[in-house]
Amino acid sequence: MSGAPADLEPRSGPAERTRFGIWLWLASDSALFASLFATYLSLRGATAGGPSGAQLFDLRLTAVATFVLLSSSLVLGLALEALQAGRTAALRAWLGCTALLGLGFVGLQAAEFTSYARRGLTFAHSDFASAFYALVGFHGLHVTFGVLWLGSLLAFTLRRPAVAPRDFWRFEAASLYWYFVDVVWVVIFSVVYLLGKAG
Amino acid sequence: MSALTHAPLGLGQPPVPASGLRAWLTTVDHKRIGILYMVSALGFFVLGGLEAFLIRLQLARPDSHLISAALFNQLFTMHGLTMIFLAVMPFSIGLINFIVPLQLGARDVAFPRLNAVSYWLFLSGGLILNSSWLLGGAPNAGWYNYAPLDTGGLLNPGPDPRGIDFYVLGLQVAGVGTVLSGVNFVVTILRLRAPGMSPLRMPLFVWTALITSVLIVFAFPPLTANLALLMLDRLFHTGFFDVGRGGMVLLWQQLFWMFGHPEVYILILPAFGAISEIVPVFSRKALFGYPAMVFAIVLIAFLAFMVWSHHMFTVGMGPLINSVFAASSMIIAVPTGVKIFNWVATLAGGRLRLDTPLLYAVGFLFTFVIGGTSGVMLAVPPADFQYSGSYFLVAHIHYVLVGGSLLALLAAIHYWFPKITGRLLDDRRGRWGFWLVFAGLNITFFPMHFLGLFGMPRRIDTYPPNLGFDTLNLISTIGVFVLGAGLLIALANMRRALRHGALAGPDPWDGRTLEWAVASPPPEYNFARIPLVRGRDALWVEKRYGDGHLVPAAGAEEEHAPEGFVHLPSPTPLPLVLAGGVTVLAYAAIYSALLVALAGAGIVVASIFLLMYDRDPGQLVPLAGDAP
Repeated sequence: MSGAPADLEPRSGPAERTRFGIWLWLASDSALFASLFATYLSLRGATAGGPSGAQLFDLRLTAVATFVLLSSSLVLGLALEALQAGRTAALRAWLGCTALLGLGFVGLQAAEFTSYARRGLTFAHSDFASAFYALVGFHGLHVTFGVLWLGSLLAFTLRRPAVAPRDFWRFEAASLYWYFVDVVWVVIFSVVYLLGKAG
Repeated sequence: MSALTHAPLGLGQPPVPASGLRAWLTTVDHKRIGILYMVSALGFFVLGGLEAFLIRLQLARPDSHLISAALFNQLFTMHGLTMIFLAVMPFSIGLINFIVPLQLGARDVAFPRLNAVSYWLFLSGGLILNSSWLLGGAPNAGWYNYAPLDTGGLLNPGPDPRGIDFYVLGLQVAGVGTVLSGVNFVVTILRLRAPGMSPLRMPLFVWTALITSVLIVFAFPPLTANLALLMLDRLFHTGFFDVGRGGMVLLWQQLFWMFGHPEVYILILPAFGAISEIVPVFSRKALFGYPAMVFAIVLIAFLAFMVWSHHMFTVGMGPLINSVFAASSMIIAVPTGVKIFNWVATLAGGRLRLDTPLLYAVGFLFTFVIGGTSGVMLAVPPADFQYSGSYFLVAHIHYVLVGGSLLALLAAIHYWFPKITGRLLDDRRGRWGFWLVFAGLNITFFPMHFLGLFGMPRRIDTYPPNLGFDTLNLISTIGVFVLGAGLLIALANMRRALRHGALAGPDPWDGRTLEWAVASPPPEYNFARIPLVRGRDALWVEKRYGDGHLVPAAGAEEEHAPEGFVHLPSPTPLPLVLAGGVTVLAYAAIYSALLVALAGAGIVVASIFLLMYDRDPGQLVPLAGDAP
């Protein structure tokens, strides 16, 4: 039987399958973030007489954190370009930079949370506080996992002289995740910080 | 997470002998994982059945003191949780695991190792939840666990028992496994179909598996978020659901039902799929209105996300919101009706073969229509104010879950048992089982409609005599004995067939889809050569227009094992280790043990990265001599 029908579909390789799987996982994760956004928006007025977002948020600090995270996406793009071009040393350098920027973002967030807590906004102080920490902290956990993932990719490149094309998908999968986490941050910046500052 | 990587020619290892406990603990084969799911689900089903049995014993007579009120609360909570999360849904997932890759003409699912992770997470979640019985008491706030019952205090005065913590962590762990299954099945179905299997040539069971998986991917996140918030309330004393501190009890309800209503379709769609496979085969004609059936499934899934608030008509959302959700709920009856009529039209004019699978399928049609009708009644808000919180609701949910999902899954068991085990079930015992189950479920659940209309509230542990509840409750309890006898006969029939059943051969029912073209039970590699699909009902097309054998698809193989071998992923203990780490983490959260939690997190992260970077050389499995 040689004549295949017109609708014969190509069977996919592991790289394409994984990319698709990551997209689905991120779609599911979006619904999870949406639930936490809904929770935050429902409860953000419940400050229990304590400090509110408008009183606490420091947009300059948050802008710096945003800049750090968004530039990490740019750097990760450079890493992928180095990967495609077979420049392993540049790939390692850019990957390391991305992870460091991610780590810097987590550090800024930790400093931010500590300063809020010192000014009375502890986790269980009010429902606004709990919803804020749950949403923003959940995003921070995502960045932390992303840093671990990028670190593991860096270790992967260090154990071999060059990355074979059949391993490219490992980097593409991680980058999809990293860009997603960045996009979520843009929404958090707008909905939590800008809207919160506007009152 | 880990895809089957290409091994250079000849580098695969010899196959690991597939026997013993070790083979089951390390398997990544979709058929073995499917069997693990189904056997575990049956175990939990027996447990949930025993809980139901105790509930009905208590309610058989008025003023009964067989069971304390506190224990009764735990029993009905755990009965609902067990049947929904640990029996029906995982059984469907097991069936999808076993059957769908075969129906697609594929060797396995897209991510075999992730599949094993899903199973072990489900089992861990189920065991965590049930371990509460031994560790201070089971959850007792009902399966939907409304705030403020779930934050302690109201139901649990004094030192707060940990039952609800087991609810939170058990469901969370099992739920993560379920989401991973959903992702896995969507990729499998959209990417691993045999050449020629265009979407409108996919068997209906594959369609329902696909749509169910999409529902899982998008419906579980609100539950995950909800459980996480409740965990924070209980562990860190936040007040998300505490009105006294500005929190919202309705937040729990909204998020729960945003998950909970799609969940209803997650429970019923695979059952629809099985019925759509069985009815054509036993009517010996093609399914009537295939495109309409596909459209109906997609429409049901779409609407499933817009009706959640019909579970909350009585909480005071106002007439406008209630009306919108009433309308969207009633619209669901249209695509569901399309399916019912198409099944009936398939039966009409068919040369019916009234074997056990078809009996269950026809029984399903009757009882599911009753359950659907009471569903439309409940969708009318003014009427719902009367039905809400009464036994009418209990009757409805059991008609759709027992008369719907359970009957359809029993049909599916009787239909696919020969494929899964290679043995035929005894048809006479099967019929006895069917008639007792069918009679038993109607005797048990039909009187509950009237009990509800007469005013009996659900979830009461006993009732005074002479309120008009006595006789109907007694009848209902008698029904449980009939239902139980039928289920025991069905189980005994399976047990007997495993040893003494006649050999089934590849195609005992004159089947229409690809799974009936391979041996029973199928070889590890499913298909020696990936088949070419030349029409809807791929095997029937070959029987009708070809020589009855599948045509291999040229160039479909993506890896090139030596002649006479198939390259498959190797078994690995890592999924089990990962689930073990998650279990440690869950217990650490329940008992607030920080160091243990860190250890658990370490195991989890380490096994995730090991799974991601383990370059599996795969194993070379030799083809059987008479491979199709």
